[in-house]
Amino acid sequence: MEIKKTAIAGTLESSDVQIMLTQGTDGIVFDLVSDVVKQFDEAIKKTINQVLSEYDVQNVIVKVVDKGALDMVIKARTVAVVQRALDIVDEPKWEVL
Amino acid sequence: MAMEEKLRRTMMFVPGNNPAMVKDAGIFGADSIMFDLEDAVSLSEKDAARYLVYEALQTVDYGRSELVVRINGLDTPFYRNDIKAMVKAGIDVIRLPKVETADMIRDLEGLVAEAEIEFGREIGTTHLMAAIESARGVVNANEIARSSERMIGIALSAEDYTTDMKTHRYPDGQELLYARNVILHAARAAGIAAFDTVFTDLNDEAGFKRETKLIHQLGFDGKSLINPRQIDMVNQVYQPLKKEIVTAQNVIAAIENAKQKGSGVISMNGQMVDRPVVLRAERVMRLAKANNLVDEEGNYIEK
Repeated sequence: MEIKKTAIAGTLESSDVQIMLTQGTDGIVFDLVSDVVKQFDEAIKKTINQVLSEYDVQNVIVKVVDKGALDMVIKARTVAVVQRALDIVDEPKWEVL
Repeated sequence: MAMEEKLRRTMMFVPGNNPAMVKDAGIFGADSIMFDLEDAVSLSEKDAARYLVYEALQTVDYGRSELVVRINGLDTPFYRNDIKAMVKAGIDVIRLPKVETADMIRDLEGLVAEAEIEFGREIGTTHLMAAIESARGVVNANEIARSSERMIGIALSAEDYTTDMKTHRYPDGQELLYARNVILHAARAAGIAAFDTVFTDLNDEAGFKRETKLIHQLGFDGKSLINPRQIDMVNQVYQPLKKEIVTAQNVIAAIENAKQKGSGVISMNGQMVDRPVVLRAERVMRLAKANNLVDEEGNYIEK
């Protein structure tokens, strides 16, 4: 699915993650800043990629500022930001949860 | 209503869009944890809070706490999606704010049942509770308490209520006396739990204790709380005395004794033990266990 608008979800508070999606042209491109060590970068990307694929989002720029979020927080914020970017907040895709 | 009565001394509010608080909510030993999607979440973050609480319910171990979510009200655009997400998540209890009529609960019940079918949850497993926040709600408390088989409790929410009554909260709580008693009677008559309102001044420990003692004396199951620090204070007030525990143990022993003898009449120290005494003894023992005052076998632990 195509990104309809730039969207953001999450905060910069501890234990949270802020994710911004903008329309891309060249697959899924990450721009990731994390408070925690580099080794978690791949885990964060994996979780976000999984959600993106469930919504069939293929071309997007994903800006991530991680403040030490647990995996479940990353998933929750990704679901929120994707639904905002696809403009389906009021009619969410329940099967992704 | 429920076969085994649950202890519901403390119901702790947790802002639904705060990951740090949501993930740690289980460590304070609250009897119930209430994730808030309503007042604690700004309008622009309602969707995000819903998914955060959803994911937390799938992954975090909240121990033995009963899990409650306060959804957004019937008159908001978030109401239906809150219900769907929370039923899908398998929440124990949905708390509806600003309940004024039994029809509001029946409306909620219908949508909850639909969601249970849609998401393959067992019908009837999502329980409900109502927060009463207005004069109209207090006047209709009886019907509200009896409005559904799913109801587990009703709660007083005093900030909105006192505003509706053209007053505000006073230290002695006189302004809440009628509402508290009405809600308590409605709950007891319907066989469900009664929860008292929050106490918001965290610096007034004496005031908190005074209010908790009052609602304990009246017979409330417990209190809604805004800070984990208040949990222990409530538990202290609800903690039975050694004397009460010993009496309860004697009552329970007398029942056992009578059972073994095949006698229908139970007596203790020459006095008949009737049903209310037994029920009270069982509740004392539940409270004693919850406060770690007795060991596995029910023996009093000297401190």
